[in-house]
Amino acid sequence: MTKLKPWLPLIGIGVFAILLLVVAPAVLSMHWINNLGKYCCWAIAAVGIGLAWGRGGMLVLGQGVFFGLGAYAMAMHLTMETSGPDSLPVFMILYDPSASLPAFWEPFRSDVFTLLAIVLLPVIVASILGYALFKRRIKGAYFAILSQALAVALAVLISSTIRETGGDTGLSDFRYFFGFVLDDDANKVMVFMIAAALLIVCLLAVWQLNRSRFGELLIATRDAEERVRFLGYDPANIKLVAYVVAALMASIAGAMFVPIVGIITPAEIGASASILMIAGVALGGRASLFGPALGAMAIGWGQSSLGSSWPSGWIYILGLVFILVTLFLPMGLSSLLGKAKSAVWRSREAPTAPAAASAPLLDEVQK
Amino acid sequence: MTVAEGSLVVTDLRVEFDGFVAVGGVSFDAHPGEVRFLIGPNGAGKTTCIDAITGLSKGSGSVTLGDQELLGKSTQKIVRLGVGRTFQTASVFEQLSVLQNLDIAAGLHRSSLSLLRARRGVDPAIEVALEETGLSDVRETPAGILSHGQKQWLEIGMMLVQEPRALLLDEPVAGMSQDERTATGELLQRIAQRRIVLVVEHDMDFMRRYASRVTVLHQGKVLSEGAVAQVQADPKVQEVYLGTGGAATTAAMLVVADPTIEATDAVPQGKGD
Repeated sequence: MTKLKPWLPLIGIGVFAILLLVVAPAVLSMHWINNLGKYCCWAIAAVGIGLAWGRGGMLVLGQGVFFGLGAYAMAMHLTMETSGPDSLPVFMILYDPSASLPAFWEPFRSDVFTLLAIVLLPVIVASILGYALFKRRIKGAYFAILSQALAVALAVLISSTIRETGGDTGLSDFRYFFGFVLDDDANKVMVFMIAAALLIVCLLAVWQLNRSRFGELLIATRDAEERVRFLGYDPANIKLVAYVVAALMASIAGAMFVPIVGIITPAEIGASASILMIAGVALGGRASLFGPALGAMAIGWGQSSLGSSWPSGWIYILGLVFILVTLFLPMGLSSLLGKAKSAVWRSREAPTAPAAASAPLLDEVQK
Repeated sequence: MTVAEGSLVVTDLRVEFDGFVAVGGVSFDAHPGEVRFLIGPNGAGKTTCIDAITGLSKGSGSVTLGDQELLGKSTQKIVRLGVGRTFQTASVFEQLSVLQNLDIAAGLHRSSLSLLRARRGVDPAIEVALEETGLSDVRETPAGILSHGQKQWLEIGMMLVQEPRALLLDEPVAGMSQDERTATGELLQRIAQRRIVLVVEHDMDFMRRYASRVTVLHQGKVLSEGAVAQVQADPKVQEVYLGTGGAATTAAMLVVADPTIEATDAVPQGKGD
């Protein structure tokens, strides 16, 4: 058992991978595969948030910024692929028949540039932003407000540049995904598989980061930032790495969201979307490995089932769930597992060692 | 006085907070091989001195370790130059185990890429530190549930694995039992054989038993300096302790032996000032 224990998360990821990549495509209808793909995208962003917030203590309230960078990079590419080599995206002609293609659209014709942009843009933006913030020792509520404001700013910027970005209506009606016809069910399954596989890769990456020395250092920085300086490390650099990784994951999530959902609008990257991303993480358990991903998927599922059948009630249910989780399970639903485990231990030990009966009591009192 | 190779030399150190002079031109030095004590009444500027040396507070003047100037450098850089410190309240990482705490502290000399790997096995330096601080049996225990004394030893251990040239300890025995004090004092003497050890302390009995040399600070200035007996005999020191703290503290300083009286009587009164 003790030999197995460090590998349990890895086994968990394996089971999760089989469920997503083998079982789900075999048993689910196209409608639910598409939905599951969407949840996977939110889960990818959530895994990054779990690292930055749960392990690193940075309340990243504006991950919509990086989600949006990846999503719009992908959406611009798919829009151009759909409109063909020499013509403008349809929405631009609608607003202004004599319009010419804005310069920043041009490079997104290239497959390679788009993929590079999805990876490099968030890394560059998060590095500059994170460096400026963390070196200046901006943290806590100030950091959260600032990152939230950035998500709002990006959403407003896109809304207000309707001729260049499609504004509030967003970008939609994509027909091709890197040469594959998106209407084809087989291709839809393929896009879902890519998203699911990326989620597994992100889980593996965070699993390794958590068990590495960096992971220990990140927790140390979260709990006693100034003390870390006396270990000879600049806490700003440690936080920066976690922040950039989280940004990259959010961008990948956004990029996969576009071909799966078929539309991206500023509403998907603004303040409330960013808060929903973090809500899933809080629900699932921010410091655990699977909590953020499963929490995000649960919120996504709730939104598309309850949210569409009973939209006025859903938001109240969501609110109530949060109040209950924050009050009774501040570390999320995943902490239930640990509590259940210790309860099992207690019931197993009690009959064999009556002398130790006072120990659980003491434990109770401390709680 | 000739400065030995690799000594910590503080020259005319000044620290001001918004016009209030906390440390006003303090000079002293500490050499490898001695347990150097910095004592003085509350508010004398002892901890502020250490803060300035480790880059936590901004100071002017000069602090050198060997031929390296420390003032004006960032804390993490000063640590990498070979200065370690502990805090009045032990500040170990409570969620991590003893071993993880030591391992994190020992990471100083590792490459940044190796941070991405998980820990395999235990560094020999960490084994030595566990042995030295007597924490071998609790290596897997989360640091948060250690006793107060064990936390302080863990802090000292975390400093040891960094292999610093100078160790600065801020009231290491505050709140410790008599046995723990003895163990700590002996540990410090062992450490000091090859390193600079500078201790800020309130506890006069502890100072008397383990100090090689003492500097007395008062209102941000050096009042007296020398061996324990020399300092105790200094009329200026006696006057300061009589004038500000009352007779109890001075009595505690002057009584040479009998730690039992010390622990029950003099120290609590001395702390009351």
